[in-house]
Amino acid sequence: MSARAARVLPGFSLSLGVTLLFVSLILLLPMTSLIGQLSTLSWSQYWAAITDPRLIASYRVTIGAALAASLFNALFGLLMAWVLARYTFPGKRLLDALMDLPFALPTAVAGITLATLYSRNGAVGSLLAPLGIEVAYTWLGIALAMAFTSVPFVVRTVQPVLEDLPGQADEAALTLGASNLYAFRRVILPHIWPAVVTGTGLSFARSLGEFGAVIFIAGNMPYRTEVVSLMMATRLEEYDYAGAAAIASLVMLVSLLLLLAINLWQGRFYRHLHGGRH
Amino acid sequence: MKRIGDGAATRIGLIALAVIMTTLFLVIPLAGIFYQALAEGMAPFWQNLTSTFTREAIGLTLLIALLTVPINLVFGIFLAWLVTRFTFPGRRLLQTLIDIPFAVSPVVAGLLYLLLYGRTGWLGSILSEQDVQLMFAWPGMVLVTVFVTCPFVARELIPLMQAQGSAEEEAGVTLGAGGWTLFRRITLPNIRWALVYGVILTNARAIGEFGAVSVVSGSIRGETINLPLQVELLYQDYNTVGAFTSAALLAALAVVTLMIKAMLEWHTHRREKTA
Repeated sequence: MSARAARVLPGFSLSLGVTLLFVSLILLLPMTSLIGQLSTLSWSQYWAAITDPRLIASYRVTIGAALAASLFNALFGLLMAWVLARYTFPGKRLLDALMDLPFALPTAVAGITLATLYSRNGAVGSLLAPLGIEVAYTWLGIALAMAFTSVPFVVRTVQPVLEDLPGQADEAALTLGASNLYAFRRVILPHIWPAVVTGTGLSFARSLGEFGAVIFIAGNMPYRTEVVSLMMATRLEEYDYAGAAAIASLVMLVSLLLLLAINLWQGRFYRHLHGGRH
Repeated sequence: MKRIGDGAATRIGLIALAVIMTTLFLVIPLAGIFYQALAEGMAPFWQNLTSTFTREAIGLTLLIALLTVPINLVFGIFLAWLVTRFTFPGRRLLQTLIDIPFAVSPVVAGLLYLLLYGRTGWLGSILSEQDVQLMFAWPGMVLVTVFVTCPFVARELIPLMQAQGSAEEEAGVTLGAGGWTLFRRITLPNIRWALVYGVILTNARAIGEFGAVSVVSGSIRGETINLPLQVELLYQDYNTVGAFTSAALLAALAVVTLMIKAMLEWHTHRREKTA
């Protein structure tokens, strides 16, 4: 974008004004209240609030389940992106449209549905119970709900990259006698793995904060199946606003660092692909 | 041309695996919603759907969406115009700020507003002296929904407007077009499908938002219960059919959203091919 264009087009001060007003009122002003609430705590009170043993247990549950969910989505998303980008078959458009269902479906609806299906006498849970697998009200249920709500991330980041990949590369590898798996590993994977990492990172970030889908299937047993978002909601219900704010500050910090890391990673990858023209 | 994974066995195997996994993971839950809603027949389903409680929840849900969507539509257009048509210090920072609602837990969103406008918050205490109460009332639910959905329109517009560049608009200025004419005649026709898509995403999220509104709602029957909160309330009262009736309504809206999205994608795809 040239500096000349900046002077040619109208509306700079109007759009800057509207944007700054909106950002200040909707985003920044509420954040000042978090800082205000935190300033009522001393360092030792803050430390005590974020290292409560029950809360530490919830960190472990949340991070573990989010890792499992995003790893599942990395594999499932890669499979779906591959099938949707590479093959034509009847019903493909329906399958493609279904990938966005978890974003379109309200999280509370997903939550009660998964909890009902996977409870011990639910349609799926009753099939798994004889095998000794319990999903509802366990850690596995939390991971399932997180995986469900973050399905689209990997699919939608990898799919366009696969679609843009020229066919000649594969052809060359196969003509030279490489096996399918070997050619995939050496020719396709180097192109798509930055997108896989980005999608998995986004899926992980979303899973860490997931609330609506998780609370119904989690059972919310202290020390065992409570997630961090629930701990914040619980503190608020107890009118412990300072305690909730302390947890929220930590959650926001982690989310922002994750977001920053993903953006930096993506920036590097695009520069690499487009030779610095990004 | 020979391509990786084009062998018949690999292709059929992978497609079958994809279809089976999607069915298990996505289709069965979707079908389960409607199955549960109709588990006791049409009569209880219809009764739940037309009850006063549901009607009030639908009304509030629509009110929230009707206020949120236009606000974020206008903001999204201004933001996208600003960051794609001008360079200025702080442009990247602005784009990162807008991503915050995407990154944080919806509970944090609700909490930020509760701390500010609640009775103990500095703004809330000033407002309550004027007898204005935003928290545990519908205006608070609208505010948090605006916060949660503010990135959607801008995120659809920015990559498109960046890719299109400003040459057409610059030509318009040279020919003497004013700001509004420029937008209406050049920019809007270029971005309309992305705009529609952004609106659909904003609307879907505004209708279905749960975590953020549950923090600021206070669950006052007939006043601050929207459809997702009603689903929770009925489910926790062991009124499964009732909960799944409202859930089915929301799921039907989600399916409509997906259909419109698929149609838009098909449309832009076809345009790209003919262009």
